[in-house]
Amino acid sequence: MSKYKTIRWEKPKLSYLLEHKTLWTTLILLLLCIAGAILSTGIGSQFISPVEVVKSLIGKGSAMHEVIVLKLRLPRIVVAILVGAALASAGAVLQGLIRNPLASPDVTGITEGASLGTVLFLFLLGGHVSVHWMPVASIFGAYAVTVILYLLSWKNGASPLRMVLIGTGLSAAFKSISYMFIIASPYFLADRAMTFMTGSIYGSSWEKDVYTLLPWLIVLLPATWLMARHVNVQALGDDVAGSTGASVQRQRLILLLLSVSLAGAAIAVGGAIAFVGLMAPHMARKLVGSSFGGLLPVSALIGAVILLVSDLVARTVFAPLDIPAGVFTAAIGAPFFLYMLYRHRNQ
Amino acid sequence: MSMLEAKGISLSYGGSNIFEHLNIAIPDGKITVLIGSNGCGKSTLLRALSKLLKPASGEVTLNGKDLSSIPAKTAAKQLSLLPQGPVAPEGLTVLQLVKQGRYPYQSWLQQWSKEDEESVQAALRATGIEELAERSVASLSGGQRQRAWIAMTLAQQTGIILLDEPTTYLDLTHQIEVLDLLQEMNERDGRTIVMVLHDINLACRYADHIAAVKNGAIYAQGAPSDIVNASMIEEVFHLKCDVIQDPLYETPMIVPHGRKKTK
Repeated sequence: MSKYKTIRWEKPKLSYLLEHKTLWTTLILLLLCIAGAILSTGIGSQFISPVEVVKSLIGKGSAMHEVIVLKLRLPRIVVAILVGAALASAGAVLQGLIRNPLASPDVTGITEGASLGTVLFLFLLGGHVSVHWMPVASIFGAYAVTVILYLLSWKNGASPLRMVLIGTGLSAAFKSISYMFIIASPYFLADRAMTFMTGSIYGSSWEKDVYTLLPWLIVLLPATWLMARHVNVQALGDDVAGSTGASVQRQRLILLLLSVSLAGAAIAVGGAIAFVGLMAPHMARKLVGSSFGGLLPVSALIGAVILLVSDLVARTVFAPLDIPAGVFTAAIGAPFFLYMLYRHRNQ
Repeated sequence: MSMLEAKGISLSYGGSNIFEHLNIAIPDGKITVLIGSNGCGKSTLLRALSKLLKPASGEVTLNGKDLSSIPAKTAAKQLSLLPQGPVAPEGLTVLQLVKQGRYPYQSWLQQWSKEDEESVQAALRATGIEELAERSVASLSGGQRQRAWIAMTLAQQTGIILLDEPTTYLDLTHQIEVLDLLQEMNERDGRTIVMVLHDINLACRYADHIAAVKNGAIYAQGAPSDIVNASMIEEVFHLKCDVIQDPLYETPMIVPHGRKKTK
């Protein structure tokens, strides 16, 4: 079996089967992501060559370049990577969990829940409470919608099909409520809420955004990866999974919470950026198949690259206008979604 | 005493009783086939025997112990179930599918031990699908696909295998192929096999023990030649028939009456 690499150690006792294709794909995407980040950091109102960017990163660039690179541009690049990776991972988990290739945080109402949380925060508390609490409102909204989703889907266990149908309904309902508040709110609040609901990483900073998101991902991504074999066995159906000794319902709840936390944290920082959670896992599946141990890192990297490129396009093509990145993920995502529906039309 | 036994189990679903105080002892190392008309509760019985459904009262015992008190993974090393018409996710390869059968033996750190590899190879060999290991499950023919799923349950290395209609959706050639394979598993490794089958003639050929389920109770059970006769078929299936001898296997063979020909 030359297509695989078997890892077996005696101390500590551990063993894995890795596919060469997955290893190479992950490595290439990682390099692509790093190259994209360096290039994108250099592009802006003042162009900085990739070599100069790298020099600044290792503290050997000119003082001016270091300010532009480290203070102004890099936080936004890092946020794009983190938010993209988090949304894609959340989508990959949901698609495995719900066993539906069209599942994503957008479809199950998680994104809309987070949006409503934020809109309510702006509408009810705006001006009274520091905006640093906004991410809390967003994550709270994501959890709230998940609790409702879970309770309504429960009938001797939460079935995937019911979760999709109820999620779609909740998504529409929450979106309507958000718009209701936006219409009723003063202009400056409405403007901010709309930007959030489109999704933008404009003006990201180390303190406010990167350090808010990074701890979440450091905990959540490895935890999700460790759940890979549970996702794999769940994908075979509840009866098969149950027959192999898996605690189907308990693992489903844990995975759902991981997914919501990933999506909620990403949305709190980047706003309701659409379609990344749908597209990235799909492309990943085409590249490395559906085995979750490989699918998760590849999805995360693809998600990072998608958002990196979308944000680059959004802030440069129409300069000096800074268009929200969510506009561009939607511009690629919507046709992609239609293409998927077209391809699955006979199933 | 047999390994797997249901003692006075009752199960209801949506308010109506599916069965009440049902007793059945699955003979060890034999092939047991559950037959009965649609909706008689035979699939439910199979699920109850496999720990997927907990009976409302009574108990299912595995080696004399209450199955519901045995941890899921421990039970999964002794007993596996292949449900009816399972569906593999898009892009999953045969090897990845069969590997899942090792789930109860794996942990965070141990995901491809030597035993895992050997069991998976043995399962692929036993089902004759070694060359298909890299193919996606979706691209296989119906018979090959069913063999891949059976390979997965074999990789689980259990003494007892329960199968819910393993021949549904297969043409006759592949039905025979799958049943021959299961018989071979039974004869060579002494595995206990319990399955639901719709075809009574095939059930008589392959079963050592037949249990006919009617209205949520075991109507009759025993060796095919002892219990399959015209009056039993009429009682269980509401079907008039003649019973003759299978010229090849010498097991009972039913010839159903129809609108144009009755006796």
